Amino acid sequence: MILGRVIGEVVATQKHASHRGRKLLLVQPANPDGSERGEAVLALDAVDAGIGDRVLVVQEGYAAMTAAGRPNSPIDMTIVGVVDAVEMNE
Amino acid sequence: MMLAKVLGNVVATVKAPALDGVKLLLIQPITREGKARGRPLVALDAIGAGFHETVYWCRGREAALAFPGEVPCDASVVGIVDAITLASNPNPGEPTPPATSPPHKPSRSRRSAR
Repeated sequence: MILGRVIGEVVATQKHASHRGRKLLLVQPANPDGSERGEAVLALDAVDAGIGDRVLVVQEGYAAMTAAGRPNSPIDMTIVGVVDAVEMNE
Repeated sequence: MMLAKVLGNVVATVKAPALDGVKLLLIQPITREGKARGRPLVALDAIGAGFHETVYWCRGREAALAFPGEVPCDASVVGIVDAITLASNPNPGEPTPPATSPPHKPSRSRRSAR
């Protein structure tokens, strides 16, 4: 799983039937300190996250489709948590 | 899933029987601003996307689940993007209300295109 921040919402009328009824969010992967890392990805939302939220994203098919409640569907990323805090021992 | 732009079609007469009747698209992964990133790739079309449309695609074994049966596929286009609403100030730690800013030319509607 990776940490990221929701930076946008995507609207798609024509999409695979298994994606209907789930929000599609643009997530910017982030380092534990909050700095950006890599390029933004699209994930289905399983926890009602919103723009600005720090989130936990699964990037593996089985976990992603199970979390989204859509087994056997083409889903490779799902938001499975809204992160309140990351605590680290310095 | 990731954003991409459709560059074109790929025609292959001789192919795995499971790929018969499936459209092959050449897609270019893009950033949220619409700039190309990385190399183009071939993806199976699950929703009827066309030239120049902004789409989103799925990779890995789950990409094949967009199709019935066992399809040899590791990338599939699973949605056509109509609009992207970006946070006006995606500043870490500072959640801001969304502001609509279309970063891409909106895809033509399928109905008006025909």
